[in-house]
Amino acid sequence: MDLIWEGLRKALELLVRLDPEVLGITLLSLKVSGIATLLSVVLGLGIAVVVALNEFPGKRLVIALLNTGMGLPPVVVGLFVTVFLWRNGPLGFLGILYTPAAIILAQAVIATPIIAGLGLAALQHLPPGLRLQILALGATRPQLVWLLLREARLPLLAAVMAGFGGVISEVGASIMVGGNLKGSTRVLTTATVMETSRGHFEIAFALSFILLVLAFGVNALLTHLQQRSRPR
Amino acid sequence: MTRETLLQARNLKVCRGGAQVLEVPSLDLRAGEVLALMGPNGAGKSSLLLALAGLLPPTSGELRFRGASLQSWGEREAFRRRMTMVFQDPLLFDATVAQNIASGLKLRGVPVQERTPQVNDWAERLGLGELLDRSAHHLSGGEAQRTALARAFILQPEILFLDEPFSALDPQTREGLMEDLGRILAETGTTTVISTHDQGEAARLAHRLAVLQEGRIVQLGGLREVMNHPDDPFVATFVGMETLLKGQVVTCREGLISVRLRKGASSREVLALGEAEPGRTVLVGVRPEHVALSLQTDNSSSARNVFPGSVTKVIPRGPFFKIELDCGFFLTAYITAQSLSDLDLQPGRPVVASFKATSVHLIRKEGLAAEL
Repeated sequence: MDLIWEGLRKALELLVRLDPEVLGITLLSLKVSGIATLLSVVLGLGIAVVVALNEFPGKRLVIALLNTGMGLPPVVVGLFVTVFLWRNGPLGFLGILYTPAAIILAQAVIATPIIAGLGLAALQHLPPGLRLQILALGATRPQLVWLLLREARLPLLAAVMAGFGGVISEVGASIMVGGNLKGSTRVLTTATVMETSRGHFEIAFALSFILLVLAFGVNALLTHLQQRSRPR
Repeated sequence: MTRETLLQARNLKVCRGGAQVLEVPSLDLRAGEVLALMGPNGAGKSSLLLALAGLLPPTSGELRFRGASLQSWGEREAFRRRMTMVFQDPLLFDATVAQNIASGLKLRGVPVQERTPQVNDWAERLGLGELLDRSAHHLSGGEAQRTALARAFILQPEILFLDEPFSALDPQTREGLMEDLGRILAETGTTTVISTHDQGEAARLAHRLAVLQEGRIVQLGGLREVMNHPDDPFVATFVGMETLLKGQVVTCREGLISVRLRKGASSREVLALGEAEPGRTVLVGVRPEHVALSLQTDNSSSARNVFPGSVTKVIPRGPFFKIELDCGFFLTAYITAQSLSDLDLQPGRPVVASFKATSVHLIRKEGLAAEL
């Protein structure tokens, strides 16, 4: 128990002191996972809309692949992204391996299928006649898409939260493609792994605590957004 | 009365999953009319409605709105801004009643200060004045359908498509809503196509009636014409001509046709008006509301067809009763609760059924003899 209390105390102390290293790690985590989630929202919702609104051969296969993608193990993603970004790899010319950009890329690969899969389910769960009703009210194609997304906003925001939750807490891919380089690619999860392995439990606890608060804060904000626009 | 043709369908065919679900060689919608599409479930009413509304691109055929083609997405999109549709499911947005009513105007970029008075007006006309700020998800079925109608009428559509708008409502709610819809349609003169499987709804609202069977229009005509003069047994049954009897024309003199019913040994004869060649096989149709019942033969009655018989069944039918009779042939009549108690009708009671020759409709479709 002492270990846990000590951890919480240390965490508060680091936070109150605004420890520059911890602050840097926290902000980087937020930035990397935030950008990755944003990319995944654009890509994932795009995929969800296209798949939901169109009939094409192989649609079921695509849906099955998306749903499988929701469970992609981060280490597998880490491996593939590393290989792609490796000096001789297909994307090696970018030279972004062991930079935050690499982590963003890996995390986007993890979150996109989550948001696409849950987003697609949300759109398919809308009443089947709604699309025709919206068209019958005179909507253009972009208006149709916007109104459908709006109608599905509750489960869609849940999809965004799931995506963000998946990447902010992920460690395997971040450590593989980022390398946990101090001051450059060290994020909360990779730092926690490192401090734990070194036996620095207080700092590990402090970082975990911050991670939890961060995850809670972002999800609280999204939940607020989700519930705000609902009429009584 | 010749009115402008708003919508014109030619050789319309719709296939789904490889099977043809709709084939309409020709259908014109005239400005200001209310056209009812009737038919049992699966007859193609909804497919025809969606196709006419440009929401279900036909597999082949042509659709024209005020003479202009509706082939491309762009043409249909422009058309969709001039019509609208209300479905059986109100399909309201997750928003307030007011926001729902305004939604079509918002899509057209009408500024909010112009929308508000119109929203209030239409909410008032459909009895939603008190509910404007209520969430659409907290409405009763009737209120939700009223909101959907307000959302449609506010657009002042040139054509309004209604897909079984009352089917999911209880009888009382349906009654009130039908009343209001009838009034608004009369006030606005909105050209309307409504699909329904209820002849009462069609009779209340429609000027013309199209009866569908298995994806084809089997009869199209004025409301009274189709109701009283169905072309074939399917239409007759569907529009409520409950008595249909096989018979053969015996004589035809001075516009009076005598038909011998083919029913057992009793050779009853029914008189109808019109011309028909003797020997021809026909179906004799009588609407139940045209049959009068009495306890004795009434000599002062002008009815040419008088048949003594007995009651076999009394069936409550909402505001009235349906009486099934055995007059040597099967006959049904509708009477009020008052008449039921006055005549003390119950199974086994002898009565006299009478109906005018003008109330008798003869179905003489080609090939009927073979069909029967």
